Amino acid sequence: MKILIVDDFSTMRRIIKNLLRDLGFSNTQEADDGLTALPMLQAGGFDFLVTDWNMPGMQGIDLLKAVRADAELASLPVLMVTAEQKREQIIEAAQAGVNGYIVKPFTAQTLKEKIDKIFERIDAGG
Amino acid sequence: MATETTAVNAGIIAHAEELVREMQAGNEAQVTNLLNLINTAREEGIYHEVGKMTRQLHDALNSFAQETRLDELTEDEIPDARARLRYVITLTRQAADRSLNAVEKTLPKCDQLSERIARLGTSWQNFKRREMSVDQFRELSAELEAFFTDAEQDTSDIREGLNDIMMAQDFQDLTGQIITRVIELVEEVEGNLVELVRLTGTKFSNTEEKDAGKDKKPDIEAAGPAIPGVGKSDLVSGQDEVDDLLSSLGF
Repeated sequence: MKILIVDDFSTMRRIIKNLLRDLGFSNTQEADDGLTALPMLQAGGFDFLVTDWNMPGMQGIDLLKAVRADAELASLPVLMVTAEQKREQIIEAAQAGVNGYIVKPFTAQTLKEKIDKIFERIDAGG
Repeated sequence: MATETTAVNAGIIAHAEELVREMQAGNEAQVTNLLNLINTAREEGIYHEVGKMTRQLHDALNSFAQETRLDELTEDEIPDARARLRYVITLTRQAADRSLNAVEKTLPKCDQLSERIARLGTSWQNFKRREMSVDQFRELSAELEAFFTDAEQDTSDIREGLNDIMMAQDFQDLTGQIITRVIELVEEVEGNLVELVRLTGTKFSNTEEKDAGKDKKPDIEAAGPAIPGVGKSDLVSGQDEVDDLLSSLGF
């Protein structure tokens, strides 16, 4: 399972990376915004995307839309981990096809729950 | 303005030429009269100019107030920024407290662990050199067993402490986002003040070229971390509400 972590703050990328390693996902790569992330995703090999919303360059929501619009990537599970917590933003993300939404600050437990839930649903074929 | 000034000047020149003729003719009453006329004309010109400058300044300041967000900035955003920066202090203090608490809880565990290991090491050496009675060996055996059980718990506690310290670092992302926004605000205020100085300075040109700076906004804008007390409504209050909202959307 190869995971791409996208956040403009390296501290947050490291935290997520460490938490994921704790959950048994040690194959991770990092990008600092959508513009860097998209070509990495398009190059292939990623099974999961964890992205922030508010980033310079390309924002997370636009990255999500670009992923869904790309035939090769359309079914990639995307988990948003962000400080954005306006209702309209969460709805926007849901409509754009996000698989999970976590607001910062979050706990290791929340991250685990959301990832488990995403895979349960994928395994169930939903 | 140029044509009016020329008209005023032409009037004065006409009076001046007449003045010269009347002076040469020695017509004193007429000379006094003409001097008065010239003075009045000059004063009128000055008043006219001052009046015009006053109006321009007034208009410029008015349109400045309308076109810039100075009101909004001073009434809402600066107090907002204050609340944001205070929240940064709170977040950094919480992170520091959380880290220090975890360190204070974890360090003694490490010390205890290494003391026990040292003690067991000595006993083990004694055992290997056969310098141990049966009773002492029983003691060592019991101690080792207890150590294995405790060590598992201790290392897991230490792990938890280290994890806690790691999670405490999430303040950097949140405070970074908040401070970036305050920096943008300070830059905007600075720009406005420079503009104000420019307008009230001696050279004031027309204020067109405004509005050009209004950059294109994305469809949905990132709002940044929620600040307690800096309230736009429409915010969810935490992960539970996010989950509720998403499940209401069929998630």
